[in-house]
Amino acid sequence: MKERKTPLLRGIRARTLLSVSCFAALILIIFIWGSSIGESDLFVDLNKVFLKPSADHIFGTDWVGRDMLLRTVKGLSLSIKIGVLCSVFSCAMGMVLGILAPLIGGWVDTFVNWLVDLVLSIPHTLVVMLVSIACGGGLRGLIIGVVATHWTSLTRVIRAEVLQIKESEYTKVSRKFGKSTLYIAREHIFPQVIPQLVVGVVLIFPHAILHEASLTFLGFGLPAHEPAIGIILSESMKYITSGKWWLAVFPGAALICISLMVSSIGRNIQKLISPSASHK
Amino acid sequence: MKSKGLLRFISGKLLRFILLITAVCVITFALMELSPIDPVTAYVGANTKVSAEQRQLISEHWGLNKPPLERFWAWFSSILSGDWGTSMIYRRDVLEVIGTKFRASLALMFAAWVFSGVLGFLLGLWAGLREGKLADKLISGYCHILISTPTFWMGILFIIVFSVWLKLFPVALGVPIGVISAEVTLADKLYRLILPALALGFTGIANICLHTRGKVVEVMHSEYVIFARARGERTSQIILRHVMKNVSLPAVTLQFLSFSELFGGAIFVEQVFSYPGLGSTVVQAGLKGDLPLLMGIVIISVVFVYSGNLIADLLYWLIDPRIKEGYRHERA
Repeated sequence: MKERKTPLLRGIRARTLLSVSCFAALILIIFIWGSSIGESDLFVDLNKVFLKPSADHIFGTDWVGRDMLLRTVKGLSLSIKIGVLCSVFSCAMGMVLGILAPLIGGWVDTFVNWLVDLVLSIPHTLVVMLVSIACGGGLRGLIIGVVATHWTSLTRVIRAEVLQIKESEYTKVSRKFGKSTLYIAREHIFPQVIPQLVVGVVLIFPHAILHEASLTFLGFGLPAHEPAIGIILSESMKYITSGKWWLAVFPGAALICISLMVSSIGRNIQKLISPSASHK
Repeated sequence: MKSKGLLRFISGKLLRFILLITAVCVITFALMELSPIDPVTAYVGANTKVSAEQRQLISEHWGLNKPPLERFWAWFSSILSGDWGTSMIYRRDVLEVIGTKFRASLALMFAAWVFSGVLGFLLGLWAGLREGKLADKLISGYCHILISTPTFWMGILFIIVFSVWLKLFPVALGVPIGVISAEVTLADKLYRLILPALALGFTGIANICLHTRGKVVEVMHSEYVIFARARGERTSQIILRHVMKNVSLPAVTLQFLSFSELFGGAIFVEQVFSYPGLGSTVVQAGLKGDLPLLMGIVIISVVFVYSGNLIADLLYWLIDPRIKEGYRHERA
């Protein structure tokens, strides 16, 4: 089977690269477009209240006549911003704990492991809720909460990897030469786990934006005046019983599309970096 | 010999549980200590007649001016002795509120759990047997979309389709309007349970389905299945004798391990459908600063998730001999 695929390999790689760059470009465009939408574009127009989706307003309009497409894109750009912050912080935390815990070993390793189990044993929504309450709501509480629940998976992956590298010849030799733990972590281990880190950042992202939207929907995340997707959706709850379906369907679907695109990018990067692992 | 091993296994788990629940209590208390919510304000609510002096008295009565460590100990020991405090929004005993709400939530979660387990397993089985075919691609693709779908949006979609368009189900509320609570029949309750349970169940399918699919593919490529085929066993026989046996236990275990997501999902579904369960209660408690109730629910949720994990571990322990061996080696 494998031999037969070899001549095609170049094609598959090229296709994978193409899909990654297309999706990345699309997300970037949405981000830039959303960031450029100002308050003045979302003007109140009471002649156009609750318009159904049409050629002029493909996502329809809301209760004060604002264009839902613009609101959605603005919300998405905010989601992307928060998602990037959350996944970068989660990954940094996962990286530090995942590398240092097994290297130092002993009770530190046991403690980090126990901490992972602890976080996994409380429903994530509750953790983010508690952290958000502790921080008095708002963006900061949301980001800390999401980071506090999302560092675990990457920590586990990296820890397993580091445990292997730790037993390798070159690490042992390096230690015998009297190199410090920090040196080994920086020079020998970090370069080896970069692929996992890159994939980790990308794959945490969809979880992070979904958590953000969900918590904001419940009322624990961003305040109600922010143009977030969660706010749009919780607003729409008031109107769906009277048949205003487009207020909820399009923003939610758009959010899912973003999250699907990012997971696809993540999986494809994984394929590109370690083709053998992704077949498992 | 076996019972001794089991005893050690259970006592180990119990010790871990005690450690876990203590840690959760400490963290929850610390987080609530950090929060800007003033318990006295949360208690008196919008009542402006309460003077500053009276507030002072209330906070003294509660011991709010004592150091945090002392207050934690007072709270923790009263939790242990079964006094979980009074809920500020319900003005009732926290344990009593949790008891009523938890029953409603359990019904919802159980229905969704069974639904997602059975449907997810069957879909996964089907997809795995048709690996690479259209059915597999459709099911797997659908599951990947489901993973990215927030539960509350699924709930909103269900309301739009089933309640608003098809008018099959009521939009919200756990009981009919205008009926005294004593006259609400079981049929009423069940009828109002269907839609939230379906919404919660549907989002739970993805995990179990993808996992089952992976396992089935693995088994179908194994040497014993190839040998079985060579012996002339029919596909139906292979499914019954080899696939089901190897796939069902991990699937059941995974379902028990998913209690955490189940509880998290229930929060959103209950909120969207205004279902009077633990999930919508915890949101209310959080938004209105009802700390005793909030902390109580957090503890209960941890117990709930842990019992799911424990059942999963026990299942493995009882059925899979390799785990017993592994455990013995680990301890030795």
